[in-house]
Amino acid sequence: MGSSLPVQVAALAQRSVLRTVRQPAVIISALLFPMMFFSINAYGLDAAARLPGFPADTYLDFAFAFPLIQASLFGAITAGADLARDIESGFFDRLKLTPMRPVSLLLGMLGGILALGLLQGVVFLAIGTLMGVDVRSGLLGMVVIVFLMMLVALGFGGIGAILALRTGSVEAVESAFPLFFVAIFMSSINLPRNLIEADWFRFIATINPISYLVEGIRSLVITGWDARTLAIGFACAAAIVVVALAGAAASLRTRVA
Amino acid sequence: MGGFFWVAGAVAGRQIYKYFANPAFLAPALFPLFFFVAFAGGLTRVGDVPGFDYAPGYIAFQYVWALLQAVAMGGAFTGFSIAGDFENGFARRLLLAAKNRSGIILGYTIASLVRVTVTGALVTVIALVVGIPISGGFDLFGLIGLAALVNVAATLFGAGVAMLLRTQQAGPVIRTPIFMVLFLAPVFVPLNLLQGWLQTIARLNPFTTVLDAARGFLAGEPTSALPAYGIGFALVLVFALWALYGLRRAERVGS
Repeated sequence: MGSSLPVQVAALAQRSVLRTVRQPAVIISALLFPMMFFSINAYGLDAAARLPGFPADTYLDFAFAFPLIQASLFGAITAGADLARDIESGFFDRLKLTPMRPVSLLLGMLGGILALGLLQGVVFLAIGTLMGVDVRSGLLGMVVIVFLMMLVALGFGGIGAILALRTGSVEAVESAFPLFFVAIFMSSINLPRNLIEADWFRFIATINPISYLVEGIRSLVITGWDARTLAIGFACAAAIVVVALAGAAASLRTRVA
Repeated sequence: MGGFFWVAGAVAGRQIYKYFANPAFLAPALFPLFFFVAFAGGLTRVGDVPGFDYAPGYIAFQYVWALLQAVAMGGAFTGFSIAGDFENGFARRLLLAAKNRSGIILGYTIASLVRVTVTGALVTVIALVVGIPISGGFDLFGLIGLAALVNVAATLFGAGVAMLLRTQQAGPVIRTPIFMVLFLAPVFVPLNLLQGWLQTIARLNPFTTVLDAARGFLAGEPTSALPAYGIGFALVLVFALWALYGLRRAERVGS
């Protein structure tokens, strides 16, 4: 195992992807649940598109950011739980006895998250288009959507890795799921911030970085190319990635020490 | 152990003690509370949509759904407890000791009702703090009665699945159908404002009638109360038979 870091990372990323692919229940829930909630929201809240000042022609277009963000969350929890399982099962400790660097396990896991994010992004865009979602920014916009979604998945994945490395417990990682879920719903995911009536909710949505990720993706669907919103979305995603990966690296050092 | 009611009382007593000895018994209220806060806080303007004609307002509209979700999830969580009792061996000893085993189901159901009295009250207190208007008067008892029926039906459904599968891995099998029934209904807006396939499914979903009636009770303008209670009692009857079937299977396997 005297291979270079990229080879080690590639091997562990492949392991991460294969482990996900071999669990059909994980793949199905990662694809099915976000689309199901999207569909329920889109048809359940369609009437909201009649509100004065609503920024999209249909709620279907407006809500399309929802499955993309939710899918990133699912991917992060799954990957974090897998990493925690590796710690619980002793795989991580055995890995430390080999010349393979522990950081490759972390990077491999994040590689797996990116692969799952890519699959989810492509599938959701395909299904969304079939359902009638009109992506105003066109084909290039779709590519940017997938890229931003993968960045978001990487950021959430880093947070999942911190939880896994700090606790070493699958249960602890999975119990964080409701917190992520709360963070998604307490954002501008369901209505634009200017249409949120309750001041306290609008305040939370404004300080919640997820609002800006949502608005970045959404702008590509309902507006087209809105440089400012998109730049804020990417900046937020990049900041989450940097903070989460730094935290994950520090947690890894503590775990290895 | 004695007859039907004695067994039911013993099981209920143990289960209620277990609930109150562990703050986790409030868990079924967490998701409904979260959805209530998220929907009532974030979607209030939806109440201004043309055609939205629920007089008590959007927060009250969401409260009723949150309350019914809390009581239904309370039933589901009781199913998880039963599955846990099978895994840790308690249920096996219970089946050996109980003279009349049908009382076991009644015991768990009573305990579930006690649990949701607390979790339902918690949701209601938070809704009152947020400012829902109470305009139903005596009709509110109609809402409470429907909530109780929803809880009993969900508990019996969960009990049947738990006794049939006898493992905590039955969790998604209990939770997912309940979650689907709750969401494939007029959650955000009245039925007439839903669109596409969701409106079609919501029309066929019996829970829609129960939800409409419950909202009517809160508004003090009862609508389709009789069909809603009819559906409630029918679900209780069907799932009671289902739970008994699960119990008989568990007896046969001897778990």
